[in-house]
Amino acid sequence: MKKPIKGNIVIDADKCVACKTCELACSVAHSRSKDLVWAIYEKPISPPRIKVESTDEFVVPLQCRHCEDAPCIKICPTKAITRADRESPVLIDQGKCIGCKWCVLVCPFGVINMDKDGKFIIKCDLCFERLKQGEKPACVVSCPTHALQFKTVKEISKEKKKEYLINIKKGKKE
Amino acid sequence: MAKEKVSEEKLKEMCHSCGIETVWQRYDAQDPHCGFGLLGLCCKNCNLGPCRIDPFEEGAQVGTCGADRDTIAARNLARHTAAGSACHSDHGREIARTLMLYGSGKASSYKIKSEEKLKKVASEYGIKIEGKKNEEIAAELGRAMLEDFGKQEEPPVFIKRAPAKQQKIWEKHNIVPKGIDRPIVETMSRTNMGVDNDYKNLMLGIMKTALADGWAGSMIATEASDILFGSPQALRAKVNLGVLKEDEVNILIHGHVPLLSDVVVTVSQSEEMLKLARENGAKGITVAGICCTANEILVRRGVPVAGNFLQQELAITTGAVEGMIVDLQCIMPGLVKVASCFHTKLFSTHPKAKFPGMEHIEFEEEKALEIARELVKRSIENFPNRDKARVNIPEESMDLIAGFTAENIFYYLGGKYRATYRPLNDAIISGRIRGVVGVVGCDNPKMQSGKSHIQMVKELIKHDVLVVQTGCSALACAKEGLLVPESAKKYAGRGLQEICETVGIPPVLHVGSCVDNTRILIACANMVKEGGIGEGIDELPIAGAAPEWMSEKAIAIGWYFVASGALVVFGSDMPVTGSANVMKYLTKDVEGIVGGKWAFEKDPVKGAHIIIKHIDKKRKALKLSAMMYDREKVKV
Repeated sequence: MKKPIKGNIVIDADKCVACKTCELACSVAHSRSKDLVWAIYEKPISPPRIKVESTDEFVVPLQCRHCEDAPCIKICPTKAITRADRESPVLIDQGKCIGCKWCVLVCPFGVINMDKDGKFIIKCDLCFERLKQGEKPACVVSCPTHALQFKTVKEISKEKKKEYLINIKKGKKE
Repeated sequence: MAKEKVSEEKLKEMCHSCGIETVWQRYDAQDPHCGFGLLGLCCKNCNLGPCRIDPFEEGAQVGTCGADRDTIAARNLARHTAAGSACHSDHGREIARTLMLYGSGKASSYKIKSEEKLKKVASEYGIKIEGKKNEEIAAELGRAMLEDFGKQEEPPVFIKRAPAKQQKIWEKHNIVPKGIDRPIVETMSRTNMGVDNDYKNLMLGIMKTALADGWAGSMIATEASDILFGSPQALRAKVNLGVLKEDEVNILIHGHVPLLSDVVVTVSQSEEMLKLARENGAKGITVAGICCTANEILVRRGVPVAGNFLQQELAITTGAVEGMIVDLQCIMPGLVKVASCFHTKLFSTHPKAKFPGMEHIEFEEEKALEIARELVKRSIENFPNRDKARVNIPEESMDLIAGFTAENIFYYLGGKYRATYRPLNDAIISGRIRGVVGVVGCDNPKMQSGKSHIQMVKELIKHDVLVVQTGCSALACAKEGLLVPESAKKYAGRGLQEICETVGIPPVLHVGSCVDNTRILIACANMVKEGGIGEGIDELPIAGAAPEWMSEKAIAIGWYFVASGALVVFGSDMPVTGSANVMKYLTKDVEGIVGGKWAFEKDPVKGAHIIIKHIDKKRKALKLSAMMYDREKVKV
């Protein structure tokens, strides 16, 4: 068994071609069969927790940012939304959820939703079960253009620094 | 008291607020569309895949078999073209078959309505007409046309209608179609896994397939329809949802092939049916068309048009439609759900086109009248089920002139004593008319739901370009009032205005349905034959455009115009933009091979100017004088 991993889903919007492969993969990962062909016939059907959204300028997949100071956790009256520690995903306990939709209202990104029948709150769980197995979230793995990536904050900042240095070097040359 | 009429926009809003989903909501639900599909970089042709090429070059650059982006994009486009060609050509096959059945005494619901055309076309096919009855000629001609479909070594007969220059070009590049079905089968075969992988060679195959449509399959549809249903003459009629009547039984005919629609029109006017309508509480029967079958019965019989492609569902939401009879092509399966909210009965009629939720009453050529009677009767009997409180017929309706053809246009232009293409060519040579452009094709929510046609056509006629139109594009402009002679004064440039006023034609000529784009090909060939503006179609100051294309049929049409030497402007990209090589081939390289080329421009006014620039280039190459009134402007 692989070592459990931790990190964040990051998005390179320039690379997203709106193929919605991530949506399909998300649905499959949260389905019972874990198989696309079967998953589409399951009842209830597994809704995607990630959604490709578009503006006139660009398209981008959006999902829960697993905020450090999450407004949804704060507002939930039944404490159905929780996180184990700062590096763990924000999760919802469907048993405790009363469907009041406060979390939908306070989420700054609009990424918390009700399912089609209005019975469950649907949000990204960062594929925590896959993470335990050492596997990256399904959307990240599925993305054909690598617009979705899975990185720790450390990795992100390291890359950012590198990019910054390269730009300085380029600037000097020019 | 009659209810206050609503506008079409209001009708759309009302549907939306009632939760009735139409094409616009469904379109929004599809947004954003798949990037791989849009770019043409997805291949599903074999079970090694489906494969996709990462356009950002991080992921896979070739499919499992090794096919690169050029091969995949070209193969996809080839299959689209084959489907488009197949669809129109199959339409032609059905009309030719009916002609043969009629001649053999097996389709008594029909008759020969254009003896002149029957004899003319039969002679072209080498059929001896002397001393033969029309039925005999029809049987022989129908059979000969059907044989064109299955030819293996010979080109179809109508290929020789193309100018000699075009025929030579096609021979040189080996793209003369042998038969009509064969190139379509060949395209399906060469796009199979591991067959043709050279995008340039695939493009040649595409052109061969499209030429089989334009200069044969579709042309047979037009000619055989003219023989059976009459060669159109210019006539005045009405268009838009406002043609539906509040106190009459409204029957809509939607689809493409006139075999049934024409007979439905006949039956609906019979005393038997009118009596039945009165017995059911209606004052009369209105038959109106949607899509291209509307154009078929419009140009030949002046039957009003309820709407174009995107209005098919709206027509039902008027609450005033008793029956919608459909055959095939461009019929949205979404109709069923919309109709379920109203009393409207939907009837599918074609063995090839069934829709879950529609009642199927199968059409047979041999029993056409009988079946049409049943369909009309069933619609009339549905009139008492109409909920009068839910009737909302929009106020919009507009006059149009339709029914121009390659044969009759010179009568209108030249008059009785100069019935040739000379006046048209002279008008072009003298700079009164800049050129001739076909603006055709579908309407599409992806673009402006019909508005692009209007904007492009207005810009073209303003610059003295005579516009010819077919299909839903013609209907979009007709609704705007562009297809009446009066529009010349309002919108056309001075040169074109003078021509229109002198001969009393609109600046925008309706030449029929989508298969009737072949009338434009023939008109181009006639312009070449008349002389003075080039030896081939590629030299003429002409172009084509489909500002809101949707169907694969449009791809085939575009290709047969390009392969015949025309510039063709599409309002949105074809799904090949993921391959820079294929795009370059379409917009540049192909011109060096067949003389025509593609352009893609979303803005219809900019599209019009691409065309105008192209026409001016052709005029310059022909050493034609500058535009008559441009010269005056310079003097001032």
